[in-house]
Amino acid sequence: MIADIGLITLTLGFVLALYAVGASLYGGWRGQWKWVESARNAVLLVFGLLTISVLAVVYSLIRLDLSVAYVTEVSSRATSLFLRITALWGGQRGSLLFWSWLMAGFVAAVSLRKWESDRTLMPYVIAVATLTTSFFIFVVTFFANPFARVWHIPGTNEVVKAVFPPPGAERFVPVDGQGLNPLLRHFGMIGHPPTSYIGFTGFVIPYSFAIAALITGEARKDAWLRTTRRWTLVAWLFLSIGLLLGGRWAYDVLGWGGFWGWDPVENAMLMPWLTGTAFLHSVMITEKRGMLKVWSVVLIILTYILVVFGTFITRTGLVSSVHAFARSSLSMPFFIFIGLMLLGSLTLLMKRLDTLKSDHELESFVSREAVFLLQNMLFVAITVAVFWGTVFPMISELITGDRITVGPPYFNKVTGPMFAALVLLMGVAPLFAWRRQAARTLGKALWAPFVVAVLFAVALGIRYHMHPAAVFGIWLISFVALTTLLEFWKGMRARMSARKEDPLTALARLITRNRRRYGGYIVHLAVCLMALAVIGDAYFKQETQAPLRIGETLTLNGYTIRFDGLREYLGSDGREVLEAEISLFKDGEFVRVLRPRRDYFIVQQQPVTIPAVHTTFAADVYVLLVGWEEITATSATFKMYWNPLIIWMWTGGILLIIGTLIAMWPDRMALGDVSYVLRPTTTQPQPSAGG
Amino acid sequence: MRWVRWLVAIAFLTAMILRPPTAIAQEGSRVPTDDEVNAIAKKLYCPVCPNTPLDVCETLACRDWREQIRDQLAAGWTEEQIITYFVERYGQRVLAEPQRKGFAALAWVLPVIAVAVGLAIVIQVLRAWRARRALATAPPTPASVDVPPEVVARVEKEIKDLW
Repeated sequence: MIADIGLITLTLGFVLALYAVGASLYGGWRGQWKWVESARNAVLLVFGLLTISVLAVVYSLIRLDLSVAYVTEVSSRATSLFLRITALWGGQRGSLLFWSWLMAGFVAAVSLRKWESDRTLMPYVIAVATLTTSFFIFVVTFFANPFARVWHIPGTNEVVKAVFPPPGAERFVPVDGQGLNPLLRHFGMIGHPPTSYIGFTGFVIPYSFAIAALITGEARKDAWLRTTRRWTLVAWLFLSIGLLLGGRWAYDVLGWGGFWGWDPVENAMLMPWLTGTAFLHSVMITEKRGMLKVWSVVLIILTYILVVFGTFITRTGLVSSVHAFARSSLSMPFFIFIGLMLLGSLTLLMKRLDTLKSDHELESFVSREAVFLLQNMLFVAITVAVFWGTVFPMISELITGDRITVGPPYFNKVTGPMFAALVLLMGVAPLFAWRRQAARTLGKALWAPFVVAVLFAVALGIRYHMHPAAVFGIWLISFVALTTLLEFWKGMRARMSARKEDPLTALARLITRNRRRYGGYIVHLAVCLMALAVIGDAYFKQETQAPLRIGETLTLNGYTIRFDGLREYLGSDGREVLEAEISLFKDGEFVRVLRPRRDYFIVQQQPVTIPAVHTTFAADVYVLLVGWEEITATSATFKMYWNPLIIWMWTGGILLIIGTLIAMWPDRMALGDVSYVLRPTTTQPQPSAGG
Repeated sequence: MRWVRWLVAIAFLTAMILRPPTAIAQEGSRVPTDDEVNAIAKKLYCPVCPNTPLDVCETLACRDWREQIRDQLAAGWTEEQIITYFVERYGQRVLAEPQRKGFAALAWVLPVIAVAVGLAIVIQVLRAWRARRALATAPPTPASVDVPPEVVARVEKEIKDLW
């Protein structure tokens, strides 16, 4: 019953979304505001209707309505309330609905802002954003309907999942559902998927503004860039959080001792993040200097297409990967949609190229413009490499018939140097002036951090017998961190001497008075911390593995584990848990008890290895139970990782969030930007029809 | 048939003497440790489970493969031999990264080309920008002022009169 209501609101939502596209296009074209206004109302209503659909799915999941196919796929009697709710995005049908709902939410939110500054753009913004939203609603409705029922044809063994009953079929209610994919039964379910989805869908707004600017020929004015800056930052922030939480989740659950495995689905998320980051930077040069307009538009189009490509990969299991819990017939519609989007966007761009002429020219190769250009090129080159590595197995299979693996070593080797170059640019770019930078002053500003960083890295390298690449990495990070910190120091000192402020006030005011700039620098510092974790992972990680009898020990880099025993019990949701108890010692002194586990999911016949982790600022000790003596349970095999510096990945992540929030915080409370008056114009004369 | 027995004995002895040294080492040698096995398994990808290196893959098949590596190590195989064995048996997909020959080399070449093209474009764009500036700031050359001096004087006078 409730599911039927959800189905009805979903269908209505689809129809209304299409109406909104038509109405806003017509209204924008003929200058008829009542049509645009009607489209806006429709957009708000679509969001409301999809909200009901989402609630209907959640209700069915909580109540375990097993006549609904989706419920049987991702829930079961044993599933906890937390997982029943989050199962909304635990399978293909639900996650695509969730996606559409979020996107509709973004469109509704953007339609509520004041229209004064972007009056000509807004009809097309709504049309474009709603058009892509309606594609996703279309897919949900016709290809992955979460309200499809389970049907049984009498006299056969066949069970069909469909919205409408096949001829002669009867409704079928299974005794129990399959339950959620074991890898998803984790607290991280509340974090990584929703934040990633918000990040992905949020890019619909800058994309729509860019396309609207192209359609109306308003791109010349760059107003769309200023309007979308904060929207882009919101999307980018959530995408970053999603990536971080995904890394943390992988570290906690997948049991390979790392946080990033260059899995196709991870790559699918990294690519729009890379181009999105490039866009955030190119926008600056467009805003400040009126340059790179075409490029900024290209970047945002690319980002959004990569977003859709990402869902395509994730949701269709096209590239097989650990995330491929969803394989289906979705490939075709997605393929066509991406193709049309690409063609449409680029054709429009070509036609409007004349409106995007840049205004300014360059004085010198040694200038911030040049550094920005180089940085943007690197972001895109990394994206190209990641894309190529991701699709290459498929291409190879298509052409030679031989499937090959493109694993982490490839990505590390190919993107590593480019990332290093990016980090270097990140450190020096703020010191370059626009137009022209005298090499002399640059050298003056850079030599001190350069020398200090060299001394520091070389000293560490000799002390710990490091690999040359690691020494270089440490030099790079400390150099960049120092130059960035010096920027803060310079600003502080200026305030302290000019305004007689004490250091803390000076720092606080420096940041709050130039939020964009210093928020950005904080993000740069965060990237340095994360790069430190990457270097630790790449060059200093150690591992060992051995079978231990009770009482025996295994030592790695000063840490010793002692196997104390093994116990087996039945988990609440259909898993057999095998838990080892081990004592951890550091240099002979007892630290704590660790309990690495092996959960075996009976229905799915899937084992999940859950590590036990001891975290310190210097390193994590990460222990996995990888084997055991079946009968006597007196012997077990453990894999032990020493993961240095990994905590800086998460600390850096938190700093990145703080920096981004500072950079995007509105100058005054944003309430003024929200308009509750639906009629966009009351006093101005309406543009005459056809004019 | 005594000569046959002799022949067998000689063949046996020769075989014993000519036996490769690796096989001799097998006797009395210890069982390779998990770390030794993992060091090689890390470089291989399980042919069945996508995107999972063999050293962490937990499926039964992968366990068997690891045991096979252990046996091969015990039998004195080198790392290279073991990897070649797996590639011959299960195809290139067991390698963690594409080979640098044949079609797979394309995987390596394209990113390099991308960076090269990117750099070329960046340099080209910067040149164009600088050229535009040179054009915009160049002083008007006398040759382009093709107006008789008396006309210039009249125009200037008229402008003055306007004020």
